[in-house]
This record gives sequence, C-alpha cells and structure tokens, in this order.
Amino acid sequence: MLRPLLLLLGLAVAALVPFMTQRTDALNLLFLLLLYITLGQSWNIVGGFVGQTNLGHAAFFGTGALVARGLWTSGVAFPLAFLAGGVAAAAAGIVVGLPTFRLRGAYFAIGTLAVGEGLRITIGNVFPLITTLPVALIATYDLSARYYLALGLAVATTLAAYLLLRSRVSLGMLAIREDEEAAQATGVNPLRHKLAALIISSFFAGLAGSTFAFHQVGYYPSAPFSPIWTFDALLVTFIGGAGSLAGPILGAAFYTVIREVLAVNLVQVHQVIFGTLFIIVVLALPGGLVDAWARVERRFRPAGRR
Amino acid sequence: MNLEPVPQLLVFGVFVGALYGVAAVGLALVFGVMRVLNVAHGELLMIGGYASFWLFTLWRVDPFVSLLATAPILFVMGLALNGGLFSHVVRLDEETKIKNSLLIGFGLALILQNLAIQLWTADERSVTAAYSGLGLQLFGIVFPYTRLGGLAAALLGIFALHVFLQRTYVGKSIRATAEDWEAAELAGVSVRSVYLITFALGSALAGVAGTLVSVGFTIAPSIGLTWTIKALVVVVLAGLGNVFGVFAAGVLLGVAEALSVLAIGPAYREVVGLALFLVVLLLRPQGLFGAR
Repeated sequence: MLRPLLLLLGLAVAALVPFMTQRTDALNLLFLLLLYITLGQSWNIVGGFVGQTNLGHAAFFGTGALVARGLWTSGVAFPLAFLAGGVAAAAAGIVVGLPTFRLRGAYFAIGTLAVGEGLRITIGNVFPLITTLPVALIATYDLSARYYLALGLAVATTLAAYLLLRSRVSLGMLAIREDEEAAQATGVNPLRHKLAALIISSFFAGLAGSTFAFHQVGYYPSAPFSPIWTFDALLVTFIGGAGSLAGPILGAAFYTVIREVLAVNLVQVHQVIFGTLFIIVVLALPGGLVDAWARVERRFRPAGRR
Repeated sequence: MNLEPVPQLLVFGVFVGALYGVAAVGLALVFGVMRVLNVAHGELLMIGGYASFWLFTLWRVDPFVSLLATAPILFVMGLALNGGLFSHVVRLDEETKIKNSLLIGFGLALILQNLAIQLWTADERSVTAAYSGLGLQLFGIVFPYTRLGGLAAALLGIFALHVFLQRTYVGKSIRATAEDWEAAELAGVSVRSVYLITFALGSALAGVAGTLVSVGFTIAPSIGLTWTIKALVVVVLAGLGNVFGVFAAGVLLGVAEALSVLAIGPAYREVVGLALFLVVLLLRPQGLFGAR
C-alpha cells in the first residue's frame, strides 16, 4: 500500500513547505494535520492493531503536554522536556492499562473514557489558570520550528508503527484483535501484548502532547485532556481505515482539510454539516478510505494483472 | 474533620445520584438490548432539558408536568434516530457495532450540540419555578421541594419501566431479545421493532432525566458529554440486567461524590468516583448488580 517513491516525494514536499510559504494560517493548518497523523497513528496501534477501542487517548496527549510544558517553562531545555512528556505519558499508559485491560469490548471503551474524563476534570481543578509562554520565549517564537517538529514526529510515529507491524510481536497483537481466546490458546499473552501496544501508543501520544505544548502560546492545562482529542484521533483513524498504516495519514488529511473548508465557508453551521458528513462517511464507507480505494482499484484493474 | 454536614451531604448525594440513575437507565437499556453505545445520550438529555425550559418560559408549564411532553417528544426523536441511523449498525458483529455506533453517536452529538447553540445560544439556563429555593426542614437537614420532586419523579419513572419490562408483552420481548436475539426471533419476536422501541424508550428516559436536570441544575448545549460519561460510569458500576441495580449504582455514585467533597475537597471529587469505578471493575468486572 505504501509506495516508497511517492512517500519520499511527499516527504520532500512537506520538508520544503516553510520555504514556499510564509502564511501562518497555512503552516498552522499543516501543523495540525501532522499532529493528527501522529495522534491517529498512535491510536491505531491500540485501536487498529490490537483492536481495543481506547477512548482515553486524550489522557496521554494531555499528560505529555502537561509535563513538557511544566518542565520547559521552568527552564529545562526543550528537547529534554519533549522526551519527558513522552516518557510520562508512557508511564501513565501502564497505570491506566493495568486495570482497564481487564475489561473487554465496550467495557474497555467506557473504562478508558471515564479515566480520561476524570483526569481532565481533576487537572482543570488543580491547575485552573491558563499557561502562557514567558515573554522571552514568545519573542523567539518560530512557527517553522514547530512545523518541523510535528513533521518529524509524524514520520517517526509512522515509522514506529511500520516497524511494529513488521515485528513478531505484531502477530500476537493482530491475533488478539481477531480472536482473543484463540490467541491465548496458541500461547499469546493478551495482557502483555495489549500493554506493550498501549505503552508505545501512549509514548507517541505524549510526544504529540509535548509538540502541542511547544506550539501553543497560551492554553488551559486541561484543554489537551479534552475528549475531543480522543475522538479526533479515532475519527482520523476510522475515516482513513483502522489497522492500516496509510489510514491515519489519509484520514488526517481528509479530516483537517474538510473541516477547515467548512469552517471558512459556513462559519455558523460548519459543525452541524461536519457531523452530518461524518455520519455519512461512517455509514457509507465502513472500512474507511483505504478500504474504499482498494475496492475501486479491484474493480478497475485489468483481468490477469496484479 | 467536621462531621456536622454529613447528613445534609448524604441527602444531596441521594438527590444527585437519583438523577445519575435515571440518566443511566436509558443508556443501560439501549446498551443491554442492542449492544449499541450511544454517546449522544447526554445530548438527548440536554434536549429534554430545553423542552422543559421552553415549556416553562413560554407557557409557564410546571417542569414536573412538562415530563408528560418531554418524554413523548424524545420518544418520537428516538424512533427517528433509530430508523435513520442506529438501525444501520445493529446487524453488524459485536466489535464493529460498538465502534460504528460510537462514531455515529459522536457525529450526532456534534450535530445536536451545535444546533442547540444556534437555536438557543450557549447560555446556561434553568427552570426557576415558584417553589424553587423553598424546602422542607427536618432534623436540621434541608430537603428542597425541587429535589424531592425530582427524586419522586425518578423513582416513579424507574418503577414504571420495571413494571413495563416485567409485565407487558413488549417488555418481555425486549428482555428476551437482550438475552438472545436469535432465539427471540425464532420464537416470533420482531427484533427490528424491539430495537426500535428500545431505542425510543432509552431516548424518552434521557428526556425525563433532562427535565429533572433543568429543575435545580443547569442546562447548556455543552452539558451532553458530562452526563453521557456519568451515565456510562453508572452503567458499568451496576452491570447489566437489572433496572433497580442501575438506579442504585447511580445513587451510590452520587453519595460517594458528595461525601468525598468533605473528605478530600471538591478539586478531587471526580477522582473518587473514578477510583470507585476502577475498584469495582477490578473486583467485580460484571458490575455490582450484574448477573453473569
């Protein structure tokens, strides 16, 4: 599915964007798109590969943002704060995963959603004040640095998901998705595989949070814990196609661009139209864009050629 | 620790918990019977609240009387939503069904919330009846009339639902479908209509909860998700299979939250509900009152 040449070309174009345009709105939109690729790709590791509908993704995104922002604004060098955000989120992944992975199916979804919401409200109570960058950091603010960080992270996350899919461990993960009892019977330890997936997933979600903290000038510390981030990650993955590598990339592009176009043209009702459009996509393309494309390709491929 | 406010907090915990219970019963019904996770449940509740608010503001309809209107309105809305959206996912396999219903519910929540903002602005509203703010005083504990009325309405609604599910033909076919839809279909139950009625009933219960929220609490277009999550937590706490169990779990959560305000301060109120939730999940994955 991933064609290497096309991919390299796309990367080269993406790397040159800040040289081609100085428009901050375009760069911010692309930043968001790249952030959504990371969020979708990381969600996909648990939701698409192991088949566990994690509705607490925002908790890891938020943890990354909280830790990275806290360290960075108190004087720690950003690269260190950035990594710390990912590590803290991965640690949170273990803490959240141990109890919630005892749950199956919808109960896991509900459990993680509740954990994420509880965390969001608590963070909002404990850190009620907006966090704003110090003047010194605002003075040297450079949007293209944020853009490159988001680009690098999106590439790294996709690469990690790719390497994971090629590894032996992923066979166990996919087996759990298809049939947990059968996987267990053949010697796969479900809890260990699920936890491994969640640790990787939350690590990258945390790094995405660090990137968010690096990009935003001012925000409420509870904002990155908002369930919107979870649902966006989920939507991006499902629109594109869960379980595939290309899915979150296509989904993120489709999602951010359509939403932006609607927001610009139909300011008042754009969320309503977007919701409607979204439901239509879910009902009409249950396998996502990747699946729809595969079906189109099959139909038009000449007989006898592969 | 000063224990003087404990009885009052307990009473308020029960009042809030009864609301959690009503909000959760509708969700539990839909989830238990159809295996559909409707994350727009809180938005339906919000619409029920607005229905009561406007009936009261425009025509001075008493909020408790307006239950007679909000429940049917939401019932019809539920019929339409099931026919237009959720009936398309009920025949999928369990995992896909849960995911797709989640996604549809999320889209629906987005639509309803933003329509509400467009129609009624994002302001917080609540119904202030003539008797709001008044209450009974017994043994130094205050029982506001609105909360007492809410508790009574909640109990009445739960009891009516119980009788309906246990005694009527439709109720029995709903329970049969929840247990084993294939067997029910073979026995002559129209699973399609059962799903339709179940979803509409769940929506009507969300409407009832919305009315009760509009009296004494506030409604705004954005309240949906908070109530959905509270309802979901209660459903998992209770486990499936028993209407009164869901209600009791709601009351338990309300009381635990109220007492935790005293014990560790309001900032960590949600953590207590959450801790309770996780402990119950670890010790009794089938829920407190769930049958397995």
